[in-house]
Amino acid sequence: MPDKKIKLDIYSKNTWCPGCSNFGILAVLKNVISSLIKDGVKKENIVLVSGIGCSSKIIDYINLNSFSSLHGRPVVSAEGIKLGNPDLKVIVCAGDGGTYNEGISHLIHAAKRNIDITVLIHNNRNFALTTSQFTAVSPKGFKGRSTPEGSVEEPFNPLELMLSSNASFIARGYAFKLNHLGRLIKEGINHKGFSFIDILQPCISFFDETDSYKERIYEVEEDNLDSKKQALKKIEKWDYESEKSKIPIGIFYKEKRSAYEEALLGKLNPSKRNRKINLKKIID
Amino acid sequence: MMKKDYSILIGGEAGQGSRKAGLMIAKLFSELGYNIFIYDDYQSLIRGGHSFSHIRVSDKKVLSHREKIDFLLALDKNTVDKHKKDLDKEGIIIYNSDEISLRNKNAVGIEMDKIVEEFKGTSIMGNTALMAGFAKIIGIDWKIIEKLFKKEFKKYQKINLKIARKSFDSLENIIKVKRINKKGSILLTGNEAISLGAVKAGLDFYFAYPMTPASGILHYLAKHKKEFNVAVSQLENEVGIVNAALGAAYAGSRTMVGTSGGGFALMTEGLSLAAQSEIPLVIVESQRMSPGSGVATYNGQGDLLFALTAGHGDILRFVIAPGDAEESFYWSGKILNLSWKYQTPSILLVDKEVSESTFSFDEKVLEKVKYEKPLFWNKKGSYSRYKNTKKGISPLAFPGEKDQVIKSNSYEHDELGITVEDEKSVEKMQKKRLRKFEEMKKEVDKLEAVKIFGNKNSQKAIIAWGSTKGPAKEIAEKLGIKMIYPIVLQPFPEKQMRDALKGVKKIALIETNGTGQMGEVLARFGVKIDKKILKYNARPFLPEEIGRELSKF
Repeated sequence: MPDKKIKLDIYSKNTWCPGCSNFGILAVLKNVISSLIKDGVKKENIVLVSGIGCSSKIIDYINLNSFSSLHGRPVVSAEGIKLGNPDLKVIVCAGDGGTYNEGISHLIHAAKRNIDITVLIHNNRNFALTTSQFTAVSPKGFKGRSTPEGSVEEPFNPLELMLSSNASFIARGYAFKLNHLGRLIKEGINHKGFSFIDILQPCISFFDETDSYKERIYEVEEDNLDSKKQALKKIEKWDYESEKSKIPIGIFYKEKRSAYEEALLGKLNPSKRNRKINLKKIID
Repeated sequence: MMKKDYSILIGGEAGQGSRKAGLMIAKLFSELGYNIFIYDDYQSLIRGGHSFSHIRVSDKKVLSHREKIDFLLALDKNTVDKHKKDLDKEGIIIYNSDEISLRNKNAVGIEMDKIVEEFKGTSIMGNTALMAGFAKIIGIDWKIIEKLFKKEFKKYQKINLKIARKSFDSLENIIKVKRINKKGSILLTGNEAISLGAVKAGLDFYFAYPMTPASGILHYLAKHKKEFNVAVSQLENEVGIVNAALGAAYAGSRTMVGTSGGGFALMTEGLSLAAQSEIPLVIVESQRMSPGSGVATYNGQGDLLFALTAGHGDILRFVIAPGDAEESFYWSGKILNLSWKYQTPSILLVDKEVSESTFSFDEKVLEKVKYEKPLFWNKKGSYSRYKNTKKGISPLAFPGEKDQVIKSNSYEHDELGITVEDEKSVEKMQKKRLRKFEEMKKEVDKLEAVKIFGNKNSQKAIIAWGSTKGPAKEIAEKLGIKMIYPIVLQPFPEKQMRDALKGVKKIALIETNGTGQMGEVLARFGVKIDKKILKYNARPFLPEEIGRELSKF
């Protein structure tokens, strides 16, 4: 339970559909943040970043620093925030549409450069807020408003993409497995480097996979976490297309690598540097 | 009277080092007290083709090159073929006599290949032989050359000096170029001046994706980031650049980004986000010619209307167009300060001619820029990012502020930063921003937003902006007509423009674009143009060209 003293509640009105699986993610996130604060992380140093879509409304529902970015851009906004002040803990909450469609290049490059931010994808496998169209992780044949006869594209596997992009922490969670998800998120945030967690989040209005997920989801064995080979094997168990295969959740890959902001900035904190400069001396 | 205004053209294939040699020749003249302007012309290729630098040196301040050349320094035959038509009657050609033979009486050959071979140099060192030979011809002391070469060539210094000496000794002195002053001022490109101005005004972080002609800023700041103690990052694309810059500014870093028209097009969503979220953002937009990929390494002023209107929604932004290195320094610093004062997007609009040309730079200008403190939160009560103030400017605070939350929002929001949609709240925030726009307009009245050159009492006036300043000012002064030069282009300095136009009966507009975009801006404020002098072959105006057009005016 979140600590009341930490005051994460706020006056805003929640506009998610009643019963939305995002409520689960919200509760888990608040718990994790409370626990981080109890561990000594300063509340004022935590920043939530979101884009556009149901997922992104979450920042209005937590009394924390937040940055609402544009559709597809929260990952790179978060990178800017981390680079601007490396003392901050930066957590992205974004959807599959924004991240895997509009902003895919940012996700790949953030993983590649291993910047120390955490990306939580509220993956409901469709554009929900725009009344349902297919995304990069909707199954082939998905009937949305732009594809009434079914989408003709096959989805890609974002975990596989993250593995080949050199993400240093790759996990998948489930919005209705709260304790498990909480562990993943906390471990992701505490991981030094880029952490990526795809959260299967059934859309109860447009693509309700709750029953199917309940049957198929299982916790993956978290061993040999620094082996890409092993990770790929586990990740390939489900391709986001099959409606029958089992779906592993948990941490798939984790490695220690130097973080981008440290490599780029060294000890410099751009937001706290001395701004006085004697140019004349330098030019001469 | 002794001539004190020379034009030197040095050219060759890309990879032969004409640009570096041109800059060294400029430094040689700067050492003798001359004012410098270098126009660099190069193609979008790595090897081959034709590149040249046109170096103008004068006892007066010069901001443009001219048609006629006094010294044509040819690293290859192509340079002679292309430029000998522009040689002055008294002009001298200096060429590689191992490659071509010229019969002109005023042509001097240097055995460039042989000299380079003798000291086992590489072919690029032909430019060393050419520079030293030229120095001998114009009567410069060996000591001055030796000093310059030692400073400029850290690698292969010995070989270069031997080649230079051999070439120097092989030629006769023809004319004597006089020292006119103790020492000239430093030389800076527009891009370097932009970088320095921003650094002086407290730049913390420069983000960019490479694009000519703005890349010089990225290269210069990356090279000197340790001395300046600033951060520099190249990210995946311009969309990433602008959004990362906004993130960093939200976190408390003063940021700047740089690009050309195509990259700027990608940045417009970020410009709009900056306006809505009220995050300071400075975009340097260095224009090049034509839409699309255009003429990548050549000049144009075709993005004016785009810069003034880019971004969805009601946005007022600062658009400032400096026309030389000193102005670039000053306004780069100023726009960063203004952006933070008003928490607004802003655009420093330059072009290839300003960005990549080299200018003599008066060091006194360095003192004109300082870090100006923006409106910070006074740490009393509880913080609201979008506090509804009288002037529409809400005090700044950054994440890390104990017991406060800093909520930045791209959606319409309430004072704390929570998303709203109801009409009352939306209108309230719109009005807050509109009040801020009024303050920005008042700010422009306090700036020297419009300058006047030439004959202030003339009834004939020319209007030029940005890089066209150099050639237009020179010809206006020569012909004794008035030149009106707007620098701040948004919010438009209406009052200053009206004052400048007092007594003017006829106006000619000078721009390097095809449609006369400044003319459209002026029309909005009721200013009628009588004649448009436009150039759109991707090359900058020369004073003589404007002069010929004005003779019919």
